Amino acid sequence: MSAVDWFSTDRAKYANLATAWVTPEPHRCVQCGICSFNCPMGIDVRRHVWRSEPVDDSHCLTCGECVKRCPRGLLRFEPIAPAKPARRHRRGR
Amino acid sequence: MGRRHILIGGGPGTMAAAEAIRGAEDGAEIVLVGADPHGYYSRPGLAYYLTNEIPEERLFPFTPDDLLSLGLLSIPERAVGLDPAAHTVTLESGRQLAYDRLLLATGSRAIPARVPGAELDGVVKVDGMDDARDIVRRCRKAKAAVVVGGGITALEIVEGLRARHLHVHYFMRKDRYWANVLSGSESRIVLQRLLSEGVEIHTYTELAAIHGRGGRVAAVETGDGTRIPCDLVAVAVGVRPQIELARAAGLECARGVLVDQHLRSSDPGVFAAGDVAEAADRHTGHRVLEVLWSSALAKGRIAGLNMATEPTHVYEQGPPLNVTRLAGLYTTIIGTVGSGDDSDLEGISRGDSQVWSELCSRAIVEAQRGDAHIRLALGDGIIVGAVVMGDQALSFPLQELIEGRVDVSGIVPALEAPRAPIVELINDVWQNWRTGLA
Repeated sequence: MSAVDWFSTDRAKYANLATAWVTPEPHRCVQCGICSFNCPMGIDVRRHVWRSEPVDDSHCLTCGECVKRCPRGLLRFEPIAPAKPARRHRRGR
Repeated sequence: MGRRHILIGGGPGTMAAAEAIRGAEDGAEIVLVGADPHGYYSRPGLAYYLTNEIPEERLFPFTPDDLLSLGLLSIPERAVGLDPAAHTVTLESGRQLAYDRLLLATGSRAIPARVPGAELDGVVKVDGMDDARDIVRRCRKAKAAVVVGGGITALEIVEGLRARHLHVHYFMRKDRYWANVLSGSESRIVLQRLLSEGVEIHTYTELAAIHGRGGRVAAVETGDGTRIPCDLVAVAVGVRPQIELARAAGLECARGVLVDQHLRSSDPGVFAAGDVAEAADRHTGHRVLEVLWSSALAKGRIAGLNMATEPTHVYEQGPPLNVTRLAGLYTTIIGTVGSGDDSDLEGISRGDSQVWSELCSRAIVEAQRGDAHIRLALGDGIIVGAVVMGDQALSFPLQELIEGRVDVSGIVPALEAPRAPIVELINDVWQNWRTGLA
């Protein structure tokens, strides 16, 4: 198998199959951190909210823990736009 | 080296200002002067720390590296003097700092109880991390507590103490909770839920005195002479902006530091943000206080931009918004929704905006199903305020309709009809409006 095939396999492995991601309404956030505390993958969801970014972390399971537990209800699932930016690996930032 | 900006405070207003300054003026020197030794943490998050939903260490959103990357020099000291003419700040240690631009974001402080015994060990409040830690520590031994006051903070304390298995007595001067913001039916929902959580509610009850034993709280005495044994007395009767520094410096103050639309005080080198900044509402022109995290962030950002550049950025005070939990029920409060006084509060409480209690609505529409409750305050063809309790399906649509001052005159008669399908009507008008924007 050529190196090119290896990269292709790797891309397939990390391809995003989810159709929605967690999107914040930053205006409502008080940075309590319950979202990040309850994320089973250790994603700092609060940081995404502060930056007004959807949770575009490839580790996100879209399990909805943060959405359900946010005491201000500022997180929700939104369909991922077709022209979404490249997913980044940002765990533990 | 660029200009030196001194930010006095340590809350969301200062953090937003620091980011705005750094983004607009790369070489600026940013000095943060804050009296809270814990630095920047989520003050509203203390409510969830009290209920044991989150550990204390998770309340800090930024790592030391984050602060370093902003290039902040942090001085954990109280500022005790300000000389706008000389452009200097004096710290508690006597050290003097010169500045080019200064931000006052000194926040607000809880108003203490004014009853005999208020100085006893065991009388608590929640102004910051140390207070919350103190309550958590005391809860390990305490059995019963009395909470007096109103607004969000009183309920946060009640819920925190219940979550830590104390028997909680909640004193109310009348029979309605948060009477200047919530309606009678909304208040009843909250109080009913508190009762079901085991909270003992004492309506028409005044705290007359706190009695101690060996310097510690042992009981309270009510206005009618009843004694209730307790180990803790929590006071949440409101907050007052900390304007002492500004006032002593000769800056124009009323209840807060008076600022123009650029958040500049009466001295052009001094700006104000957060709870202390008393700005004018863009629609009514009335000067209002807001003790809201989101407003503090917005003010901090605009003040920071104006400090770093020419003061051209305008702070547009939109309809205030807070989403909170009242007795475990998600509640969104937007715009102008109430009126009158709340006898449990002196002034304003944390998480509160004076805009909420401005009387300007033409009609009120309410609907309730179980604990889910919706109330709309209608103006001339627009919705000027809303309270959404329980099911939050309308929270986002109403936020956008109110902030956008969207014309809803077409559905007003239907909204005002008996048993109106409010959810469907609002959703339809919101969807149509969004489609029009697309």
